[in-house]
Amino acid sequence: MPPIMNPPSSSRIKVRPAAEREGRKDYISIRDFGFYYGEKKALDAISLDIPERQVVAFIGPSGCGKSTLLRNLNRMNDLVDGIRHEGDITINGRSIYDPGLEVISLRRRVGMVFQKSNPFPKSIFENVVYALRVVGVRDRAVLEEACETSLRKAALWDEVKDRLDDSALGLSGGQMQRLCIARAIANRPEILLMDEPCSALDPIATGKIEELIHELKEQFTIVIVTHSMQQAARVSDRTAFFYLGKQIEYDTTEKIFMNPTQAQTEAYISGRFG
Amino acid sequence: MPSSSDSSTPRGEAWVWFSGLGLIIGLGMVVGLLALVLMNGATVFWAPPVPVAQVDDGRVLIGQLAQRRIRAGSPADQPRYERQYQVGLRELNGNSYLWVDEARIKGETFPADVLGLERVENGPAFVRPQSLRKSDGKVILVADPAFEAAFQAEVAAAAAVREKLIEINRHRIGDVNAAMDKARVALRRAEDLKLTDDIAALQKEIAGLDGRFAALQDEGKKVVAGGAVASLVSQDAAGREVVVPLTQVIRAWFPNRLDTWGRVKLFASRLGEFIFDEPREANTEGGLMPAIFGTLVMTVFMSLLVTPFGVITAIYLREYAQQGAVLRIVRISVNNLAGVPSIVFGVFGLGFFVYVLGGSIDQLFFADQLKYNNNTPVFGTGGLLWCSLTLALMTLPVVIVATEEALAAVPRGMREASLATGASKWQTIRDILLPASAPGILTGVILAMARGAGEVAPLMLVGVVKLAPTLPFDGSAPFLHMDRKFMHLGFHVYDLGFQSPDSDAARPMVFATTLLLIVLVVCLNLGAIWIRNRLRARFKGASF
Repeated sequence: MPPIMNPPSSSRIKVRPAAEREGRKDYISIRDFGFYYGEKKALDAISLDIPERQVVAFIGPSGCGKSTLLRNLNRMNDLVDGIRHEGDITINGRSIYDPGLEVISLRRRVGMVFQKSNPFPKSIFENVVYALRVVGVRDRAVLEEACETSLRKAALWDEVKDRLDDSALGLSGGQMQRLCIARAIANRPEILLMDEPCSALDPIATGKIEELIHELKEQFTIVIVTHSMQQAARVSDRTAFFYLGKQIEYDTTEKIFMNPTQAQTEAYISGRFG
Repeated sequence: MPSSSDSSTPRGEAWVWFSGLGLIIGLGMVVGLLALVLMNGATVFWAPPVPVAQVDDGRVLIGQLAQRRIRAGSPADQPRYERQYQVGLRELNGNSYLWVDEARIKGETFPADVLGLERVENGPAFVRPQSLRKSDGKVILVADPAFEAAFQAEVAAAAAVREKLIEINRHRIGDVNAAMDKARVALRRAEDLKLTDDIAALQKEIAGLDGRFAALQDEGKKVVAGGAVASLVSQDAAGREVVVPLTQVIRAWFPNRLDTWGRVKLFASRLGEFIFDEPREANTEGGLMPAIFGTLVMTVFMSLLVTPFGVITAIYLREYAQQGAVLRIVRISVNNLAGVPSIVFGVFGLGFFVYVLGGSIDQLFFADQLKYNNNTPVFGTGGLLWCSLTLALMTLPVVIVATEEALAAVPRGMREASLATGASKWQTIRDILLPASAPGILTGVILAMARGAGEVAPLMLVGVVKLAPTLPFDGSAPFLHMDRKFMHLGFHVYDLGFQSPDSDAARPMVFATTLLLIVLVVCLNLGAIWIRNRLRARFKGASF
């Protein structure tokens, strides 16, 4: 499949000027990034730039490496044994693999929402302010303020404001996922990673979260992994298509969905494979 | 085509029954064990009617039926039975228990005047009272309707005197003796170091203590003289006269006159003594309070020691250590530690904790004590602390394994969520993993407690004794004496069953003590299970 081999560099050349045209600077920059689980190569020579305060969707069939790439942006893959990477990822110009950069401070700047909602077995309040607690915030007023702000941003405040001290485990699936979003944004990260945030939710909850993504875009740079083409089309400004660990195409969402340059992208989007 | 596949019965179905049989046998054994202990243990304190039995050789005996069994050598189709009576009056009969061939018993009657006595010395007695010599010198004959009331009143008065004497002899004189020992050690030290002022002061103190000792002895004598000198004149089965001073009587009852309520009250009174009093008569009578207390305190301390140890170790093994060959070996070793015979831990406890650790503590902190008190060790001998530590070591693998499994069972998502918010590994462990795995950890602690509370062998080496003069907890500073030896229910069972001079008298107590041990372990476990369930309720729905 020769077409798979050449697109990365060409797509990069296309994207850069686009970002500059819109008056936004590239924020996350992935350069020739390769990633291995033991001997298995999961990502091969990925290069793409993510502009500030935009939503970028990663799409592709299962096992194409989109989640792996996402989980590298806050180095969650460090938890896995026997991993190895090549190339580099920079955020705001600084490499995330810089030995002088603490992975903890990286994660404080890069929040993450997971596929399965994973609230802690604590109260709603304690869930939201957890990120502040770990940096040592004790002041009750500050915590309450942060809790309300985050819950409002996550469009959950009105539903839970009277029962902040109840267990988070009593919430519905959609509420739990919005709580996880509130938790992820409570310490005001710059980037929000979302790993298939709606895959376990019904359409109504999904709709709420998508609305939320639109609003959060004003303040955060969002990278979302999704299996739903419609979702990618609805929420993202840019879309990257991956296949078998390779980046096939990366461009504005409009272009990817309306006029893809690669035959594989078109085939995937039109549902012919994947 | 094989015919079996056409058969309507699925193959292998019989194995369901076979495995079910295994469960039934197992359950049967457990239920049988509990029933045996319960029946033998709970009936110890029940007072049945006491017969007067005529034997065909002309002997008459009064005694409570203790057991009935088939005579050795009797034919299996026509078994001949023999009965064991508890006749009491050890000082006259030489033995409290008597075996009689059932065929030779001519008759049994249950006269209402048979009196059962529990005595301070020489065990129980079954007699037929004649008259009561009251403390004011008056004599009441048994025929007098006022006899029973007067008798019980005198027994109660005598009991009060006995209590007072125990208070003086055991506690107040005990305190004086303890102070005296301390002063003597201090005096020896002062003399050795030629501290003239101290010598004088200490000599004065000792003289003062001597005075108090003499005063207390006088007080005791006065209590005896001023108290009840009432005594009961009665006859034993053979018609011999038995005079029992009432200060010797702990409990008196008419076994053939009691109604059910009276028997229940007697049962409750004996059970109360069993649980709340101190042992008498080489542990074959009286209560088990020191042993209950010792078992409880030791088990609680063991749990307090083993939990942090085990949890910290498990956290390191599961969360921090580099997974690999070395860790695998460590893990196998830890698991195998659970299979080491407990007596080995006892030997280790004696060799390391008692001699090395305890010896060093004595050298460092109690050097004076060693030098001036005939090398009497403080921590360098068995004690509560060393018992708890030894059992904590023994039960460590249980807690480690349980904690590791509990940590591994925390959903991966929770761990990732915490790390993704920027929490450090330690914060994740402390705030998320440990609370979520607390129920699992407590399960391990429950298992450890169940194993530790019933363990006897290692304790015999590191600090459990047959009879401890003082509890490990009392009113003198520092209140909790971790260096003291203590009594333990498990060891008590062994001691009663195999070390008792009067094995017949000890036999019922063995069952009662065993029952008590089981009840205690069950209570400890129920307590821990209750805590665990409360924690579980807090994390309800946490599994996803």
